[in-house]
Amino acid sequence: MRGKGGLMALLLVVALVTLLAVGCGGGATEPNDGGQALEVIKVASVSPLSGPQAGMGEPIKLGAQMALEEQKAEFEALGFKLELSPQDDQADPKVGVTVAQKLIADKNVLVVVGHLNSGVAIPASEVYVKDNLCQVSPANTATAITDRELPIVNRIVARDDAQGPAGADFATNDLGAKKVFVIHDKTTYGQGVADEFKKQVEANGVQVVGYEGITAGESDFSAVLNAVAAAKPDVVYFGGMYPEGSLLAKQMKEKDIAAKFIGPDGMYDPKVIEIAGEAAIGVYCTSVAGDVTLTEVGRAWADRYQAKFGQAPGSFAAYGYDATNVALEAIKQAIAANGGEKPSRLQVTEVARAIQDFKGVATDVTFNVRGDNKDAKVFIYEFTEMKFPAPIVKEIVAGDYLK
Amino acid sequence: MPQILLDGLTLGFVYAIVALGYTMVYGVLKLINFAHSEVFMVGAFAGTEVLLFLHAMGYLATLPPAVALICAMLIAMILSGTLGVFIERIAYRPLRQAPRLVPLISAIGVSFFLQDAVRLIEGLWKNAFYLTAPTLFTNKITITPTLSLPVKSLVVIMAAVTMMVFLHLFVSRSKWGKAMRAVSQDQATASLMSINVNRVISLTFLIGAGLGGAAGTLFAAQYSLIHPYVGFLLGIKAFTAAVLGGIGNIPGAMLGGILLGLLESFGAAFLGVATNGAMGAEYKDVFAFAILIAVLIFKPSGLLGEPEREKI
Repeated sequence: MRGKGGLMALLLVVALVTLLAVGCGGGATEPNDGGQALEVIKVASVSPLSGPQAGMGEPIKLGAQMALEEQKAEFEALGFKLELSPQDDQADPKVGVTVAQKLIADKNVLVVVGHLNSGVAIPASEVYVKDNLCQVSPANTATAITDRELPIVNRIVARDDAQGPAGADFATNDLGAKKVFVIHDKTTYGQGVADEFKKQVEANGVQVVGYEGITAGESDFSAVLNAVAAAKPDVVYFGGMYPEGSLLAKQMKEKDIAAKFIGPDGMYDPKVIEIAGEAAIGVYCTSVAGDVTLTEVGRAWADRYQAKFGQAPGSFAAYGYDATNVALEAIKQAIAANGGEKPSRLQVTEVARAIQDFKGVATDVTFNVRGDNKDAKVFIYEFTEMKFPAPIVKEIVAGDYLK
Repeated sequence: MPQILLDGLTLGFVYAIVALGYTMVYGVLKLINFAHSEVFMVGAFAGTEVLLFLHAMGYLATLPPAVALICAMLIAMILSGTLGVFIERIAYRPLRQAPRLVPLISAIGVSFFLQDAVRLIEGLWKNAFYLTAPTLFTNKITITPTLSLPVKSLVVIMAAVTMMVFLHLFVSRSKWGKAMRAVSQDQATASLMSINVNRVISLTFLIGAGLGGAAGTLFAAQYSLIHPYVGFLLGIKAFTAAVLGGIGNIPGAMLGGILLGLLESFGAAFLGVATNGAMGAEYKDVFAFAILIAVLIFKPSGLLGEPEREKI
């Protein structure tokens, strides 16, 4: 036993020494070719990189990486070394807060691009605000994100209270719905959009014949679909993500329920076709993410992305890219305002909110006083055949829904 | 109304087969094998991969769907059965003399390990860990215009019933079954009667995990979407079903599973009506678990469980 104890102590000492050495090595400054030190500026991307939602989180990181690498040289000319700090929040609020605390401690991080999930972004931003760390969200749509009026929180996508009403107006005006059934997955996001949808259809004079929640992660939705079959709606709206949404659409078809199916952007995913099969045809999705390949600039960008990463950009990749460019633009302006010196977090935060008429590949950006983007749009996609991406059947400017 | 009954029965039978795995291990080792839900998940992945392979080779179109399904189920059973034996050997057997909480924690560890191992393997191999099983049975039997039974649900029910009947016969009639029952009553005495306790326990894990694998394949064929975390919720429900029926008791697990499926289904359908819209279908789990608590208050050992006697 004594021998073992001695060995353990030795190992511990070795580990500590190694840690110290590593700690000293990773300093804040690094010599460049000329021997003079470049100051490090970090942009963090936070999204789920593991767990069930990694498929949506990874493209945000890649988009951020792409934007960063393109501007590296420009920042080097200004005397700064640009670094990406990619973080994994596992789509879990607890992990998100831990990551936020880690980022706040790293003084070189000037902007956070993230998160994917509103439920994670809200508690994390309560941490960022403590040290005025600016956050540009590529994907969060919950109203509470900007309604808390935190000076640090900005988003480049439309809000839930735009996605819900846009879906509702589409259901009423374009699909001619008289009776709708609303289902949600009881998450901040899913129930958020579903509630806004419900409010707007009711305002449009449409009858809501049912409002039910399901549990994310389950596979059998026959119980709730029996209620749908009994209510005979024209349109079923689902607030939630594609795994459950696709199964709902599939099981609806198996039960011969003829109602049209509308979902939010969580439903706009290539997997819908794979999971729902034939039942995917005719499914509508509202999405705050447009199809970048519809414009020439966007197509060229998508080609560069494909060449760089060997995969087609996922739906939020372009937003990750644009959000990072907005962040870098803010940092550049802050550097200029600070006389070429490294700006403080507060300076970056103040400059970011004032950004006007930024032209991105996916969206233009003009922040209002709350950090909402006035130029954001809501797009309506329809799965017309077993193919992804699906065509956009309608565009609705979300600025109209901003309060 | 009959449609709700049918849907509830299908779900209930899935719970029941998974519950069998929990109950068998508990009966023999008094261990709640929390890794069973992940063995189920591994079975689902194995079965789906076999189906996808058959699909890619073009056999799926020519082979009768039942043959393809049985083929997938057999491979899944062998794989997850072996996995079960392996888990017992490395994670539980070394801890057999330890306090009961220790193997429980070890089981939770195995469960996390398997989730992430499958995620890693599928991630490296297919670059995606959501798998969609090809649809095997698309037909529906229309009983009345408002009532129909998809063939795939019927397949689940039939397969489940067959497996349960065989398991029951095995445990109650065969020599190995008798040995299993002896070990569950008293390991020390059983070993004095020249029963190889370790081998019986391995066999229990082989059968329990094999059934879990078969259930996984059936689940994939029925609901088509699987992912590494699919076992979690289902495992909790199946464990609940085993407790409801009386954990350690094989017919109890079947009864508990079916009952839980029906409770959920009827709860979802009638809660809204009964409470005038105040509580919707999302409260089905609350309803089902409230009933569970009520049952356990009056019958703490479950519906068919025998009260534990202190051995003197």
